[in-house]
Amino acid sequence: MSYYLRGPSGYALLAALGLIALASAIAANFARDLAYLVHALLIMAVAAGLFVATMRAMPVDDGPAVAPPRPTGYMDGPIRYGVIATAFWGVVGFLAGTYIAFQLAFPALNIEWAQPYANFGRLRPLHTSAVIFAFGGNALIATSFYVVQRTSAARLWGGPAAWFVFWGYQLFIVLAATGYLLGATQSKEYAEPEWYVDIWLTIVWLTYLAVFMGTIINRRERHIYVANWFYLAFIVTVAMLHVVNNLSIPVSIFGSKSVQVFAGVQDAMTQWWYGHNAVGFFLTAGFLGMMYYFVPKQAGRPVYSYKLSIIHFWALIFLYIWAGPHHLHYTALPDWAATLGMVFSIILWMPSWGGMINGLMTLQGAWDKIRTDPIIRMFVASLAFYGMSTFEGPMMSIRAVNSLSHYTDWTIGHVHSGALGWNGMITFGALYFLTPKLWGRKQMYSMSAINAHFWLATIGIVLYASSMWVTGIMEGLMWREVDANGFLVNSFADTVDAKFPMYVVRAVGGALYVAGGIIMVWNMWMTIRDPRAVAVVATPAE
Amino acid sequence: MSDDKHSHEKRIDEETGTETTGHSWDGIEELNTPLPRWWLWTFYGTIVWGVIYTILYPAWPLVSGTTRGVLDWTTRGEVAAKIETVRLSNAELTESLVNIDLGVLDRNEDLHRFAVSAGASVFANNCSQCHGAGAAGVQAAGYPNLLDDDWLWGGQITDIAMTVRHGIRNEDDPDARYSEMPAFGEILEDAEIATLVTYVRSLSGLEEETAEGAELYLDNCSACHGEEGLGDRELGAPNLTDAIWLYGGTPEAVRYTIENARFGVMPPWGERLGEAQVRAVAAYVHGLGGGEAEPQVEEEPTADEMEEAADVPDASFPADAEETPTEAGEAPVEPVVPE
Repeated sequence: MSYYLRGPSGYALLAALGLIALASAIAANFARDLAYLVHALLIMAVAAGLFVATMRAMPVDDGPAVAPPRPTGYMDGPIRYGVIATAFWGVVGFLAGTYIAFQLAFPALNIEWAQPYANFGRLRPLHTSAVIFAFGGNALIATSFYVVQRTSAARLWGGPAAWFVFWGYQLFIVLAATGYLLGATQSKEYAEPEWYVDIWLTIVWLTYLAVFMGTIINRRERHIYVANWFYLAFIVTVAMLHVVNNLSIPVSIFGSKSVQVFAGVQDAMTQWWYGHNAVGFFLTAGFLGMMYYFVPKQAGRPVYSYKLSIIHFWALIFLYIWAGPHHLHYTALPDWAATLGMVFSIILWMPSWGGMINGLMTLQGAWDKIRTDPIIRMFVASLAFYGMSTFEGPMMSIRAVNSLSHYTDWTIGHVHSGALGWNGMITFGALYFLTPKLWGRKQMYSMSAINAHFWLATIGIVLYASSMWVTGIMEGLMWREVDANGFLVNSFADTVDAKFPMYVVRAVGGALYVAGGIIMVWNMWMTIRDPRAVAVVATPAE
Repeated sequence: MSDDKHSHEKRIDEETGTETTGHSWDGIEELNTPLPRWWLWTFYGTIVWGVIYTILYPAWPLVSGTTRGVLDWTTRGEVAAKIETVRLSNAELTESLVNIDLGVLDRNEDLHRFAVSAGASVFANNCSQCHGAGAAGVQAAGYPNLLDDDWLWGGQITDIAMTVRHGIRNEDDPDARYSEMPAFGEILEDAEIATLVTYVRSLSGLEEETAEGAELYLDNCSACHGEEGLGDRELGAPNLTDAIWLYGGTPEAVRYTIENARFGVMPPWGERLGEAQVRAVAAYVHGLGGGEAEPQVEEEPTADEMEEAADVPDASFPADAEETPTEAGEAPVEPVVPE
């Protein structure tokens, strides 16, 4: 590392860190709101800490520069950190979600003395961002770094840039999460962080793109493996979505508040173009990349169909980007846009299922592993939930179905069968695959704990999704219930009252899911602490 | 690269009998399985359906405007048609309700039933937020209980309709009911207020009354609340003798009221709901338990009035219809969700 800090580059880094610390101190002095103040102080502390660390790491004498031996083999450091971060943020996000689920059932849990920080409105984005961006994002970054190296037979491009991506992304998560609790939000679902956090994420994300692209360009395989197509589509599209949806003008350079450049229905359309493709590219394409590596690896079988992977990849990428308007049925959005959103959502059904077919059918010739290998069982359950949600989604995008389902808990159930089932289970499977490999262990510390995790998670999801289907459809029917004269029968409070039992069931389902996550963390901890069974193979990339 | 290329030839996978593509990444191979037929044909099917759907419905943006679709369908049009269906099916009853003398509404059983069922819906969607889904009010916030027979501004159906129509102490409607109690914290001494609190509570039998309290009450409160403490509905001054408390009857709550006064506000609903719904919700609230009868009219109603009251269809759809709209096979009426 100290080689990089030699001479002008070291001084340039020192100067940059010093300037950032100084600018943050000035910003903190003029801060116009609490979130901005806390963030400025945080950035100042990070920059000052790095300044000191850099200075201490700089070589004392300026003797002749001796280049260290070129690092060989795969770069797994950031991946190990990423695996731990994924597990950590996962449990944090699940806990936050379970807590707000109990808040909905028992509003007294919006504890008086903890206001306004711990009310539902601030904890809810904390939960969604923690699970999607912190848990899911770390899983995607870590696995993509692992997969792209193995399937390209090349070391990560860019040297320390991968470390910057990892730590920069954690800083983004901390800024976003603390911002929500302190009341800084631009009120766009899944894009709540304010302008300076968005700028920081853009820098981190473009570095991520460069590292990933650079590694693919350096590859020693003739073709690019399908997992990398999906990862690359995810990284590129998320960069585009993030930048466009967050175009805003800060009210003050010293405050967190900003104003969107789009207004009214244009803003809504941009937001749901972003929101739906966050699902499409972050939670679908990215995780399909994960699936295309870990399922065949764990099953030890060839991918079912190369043709299917090509066709469903391009169809998915082309179609997903149009589907956003189905989030805005029966609103100020013009009918033509809603029609297109619905039509493209339905055509998207088969391309989405292509991934499920390719995943499940890869087990051809290895079906017995569903019985014997709990990791394979997680992948299969994950693909089953993926298939269910990608059928349910197009169905709910149909205008007539949407008139019943929209604004109800059905949507929440749909999202969670996808998030807990598909994204959660496949990530758990990947973590169980990676942990022993990255720390040079033969296998996970306890296979029966994986089994317990599988059942806790599965029962949790079933409780969660079914209670939300019941309560969502009930709520939709109660809202539209009219008497013989066409008068509405129920008040809104009646529907809230009727949902109580299902809210309790949902929260219990969430608690089971968290319990499974905690067992996984324990299992990973024990695996990593275990005496080394096999040496870490810093596989040469040849 | 060159080494790998030669080591991965196409081969036949033993388990499935399918040929591989000859690629291998980190040991992962791919089978050259053709696209599943059912998958491909379902995919084609959704595309064909999509094309047909976009021809039928508004879909494609053009240079100016968009394609309107062969069916000429719009969400607004659909909603408007449903609203119109409901409006037409209730038109006669609605008109009768607007024109009838509210005092004799309950003499027309069908119209009264219609008004109460409409009123229940109006109440659930507009009033329950403050007065509660069961209309029992919220004492902590001073939202009156509408189930008892204690009325601040009058409990006859016309009084209730008046309150709903114009609201109370709001700035939006010049005809709103209005009165304002002075904040006695600035007028009386602490000890005097303490004496008054005891006296006010004694009117409902909660404490022993005192002579000083009675005097203070007569000097300061009786102008509005009456010498006996029975209140005055002209002024919305509450009856203090019935042990029913708008903001609570504890010594602390009564002290707070006397020191700071209260200023409960209700918005006017006349413009937003329209006269028919105002009357309907008045009929509903009047029927909740505490409604008071209109004073008996000395003379008999005129023949015209009798006719008007009776000239009302006996069901909730046009008088000449033989079936309800639902029975006639029309789509069930659905509520309109305002966006």
